[in-house]
Amino acid sequence: MTAVKITVNGQAFEHNVPDNTLLVSFIRETLGLTGTHVGCDTSQCGACVVHIDGRSVKACTMLAAQADGSEITTIEGIANGDELHPMQKAFHENHGLQCGYCTPGMVMSAIELVGENKKLTEKQIREGLEGNICRCTGYHNIVKSVQAAAHEMDI
Amino acid sequence: MYATTYIKAKDLADAVSQLKSADEGKLLAGGQTLIPTLKQRLTSSDRLIDLTDTGLSGISDEGSSIRIGAMTRHVEVETSELVKSTIPALAALAGGIGDRQVRNCGTIGGSVANNDPSACYPSALLALGATVHTDKRDIAAGDYFTGMFETALDDDEVITAVSFPKPEAASYVKFPNPASRYAMVGVFVAKTSSGVAVAVTGAGQDGVFRHGGLEAALNSSFSAESVDGVAVDDSVLMSDMHASADYRAHLITQMTKRAVATC
Repeated sequence: MTAVKITVNGQAFEHNVPDNTLLVSFIRETLGLTGTHVGCDTSQCGACVVHIDGRSVKACTMLAAQADGSEITTIEGIANGDELHPMQKAFHENHGLQCGYCTPGMVMSAIELVGENKKLTEKQIREGLEGNICRCTGYHNIVKSVQAAAHEMDI
Repeated sequence: MYATTYIKAKDLADAVSQLKSADEGKLLAGGQTLIPTLKQRLTSSDRLIDLTDTGLSGISDEGSSIRIGAMTRHVEVETSELVKSTIPALAALAGGIGDRQVRNCGTIGGSVANNDPSACYPSALLALGATVHTDKRDIAAGDYFTGMFETALDDDEVITAVSFPKPEAASYVKFPNPASRYAMVGVFVAKTSSGVAVAVTGAGQDGVFRHGGLEAALNSSFSAESVDGVAVDDSVLMSDMHASADYRAHLITQMTKRAVATC
């Protein structure tokens, strides 16, 4: 067992977990934050993307023990009370989802992408979301959503 | 994942001693290959030794070469002003590995230690004549890669850094597998004072290799056209569900031409 002390969405947590616990299991099962999804078992789909100390990572490809001492933001932590994050709002307004399963990962990846460059081209958005797989939309409205959010966040 | 014990090594000496005393110890760098492999129970380890706190990260200018610490993440190489200004092909290679989240965690030391036959970095080491530094010795890239997933490293040896001599010019072009982003074929072409080197990844049955025929043609005339007359033997190439050996041979020619054109 390893003691994991982390801050998630501004709240401090400390739990003892088996050493082989994946961060995504820790977030979902130990902390009960089920907005972070698991869409595959091969580290390819990106539904589990969270921010650790400001960078986007796949929470299924890191042990909870590795994240000890870090600050994590999950999809539950980006809205400001009832006010959606501009990226969430853009996905809503542009219908950037169908079933919604991949959406938490898409939104978390897109926030990092737009945080680095608010003048993204369509090609940059598509390349920037390579680590996130959507099986419904064909990506068209996801790209539109990210473009809209980038515009909104640039003002 | 099978049960394991996780240890965060305090420094390099601690990592080495943890590795020596474990039955099946494994070093955990960025984890972008190791964790998925453990998750699927394709491998197991009684002790995972995390190298994050061992101080092996960072990029420095050593005059005629640049030195990249083993725990330096791909995103750091991709965005490093030093790498971009001295070996832009290496920064571009790092920026094309996996996806954004992989690049945010994956490290050069992890990639080089794993020596996946489709990984990008091994081709850069071989073509640029890099040196792999370990806690015990320095190993020339030409002596380091010994086969598919095989290296010259001892079981208890830890990579500390990789040094890349600055080339006159270099370019890396890969044909990525559309699903995994690993190289179906990747070709790294480097021009140095000792001539042209061409290293191929993603194709060889024994992992990364230099192609003497392509190098000879490019040493006599450095142009995409001179590649056309070079025969690429497909009997030593991989054939799998993604591509036949014959197709990979074709890709080697085409990726080499593209690399030469952008060198």
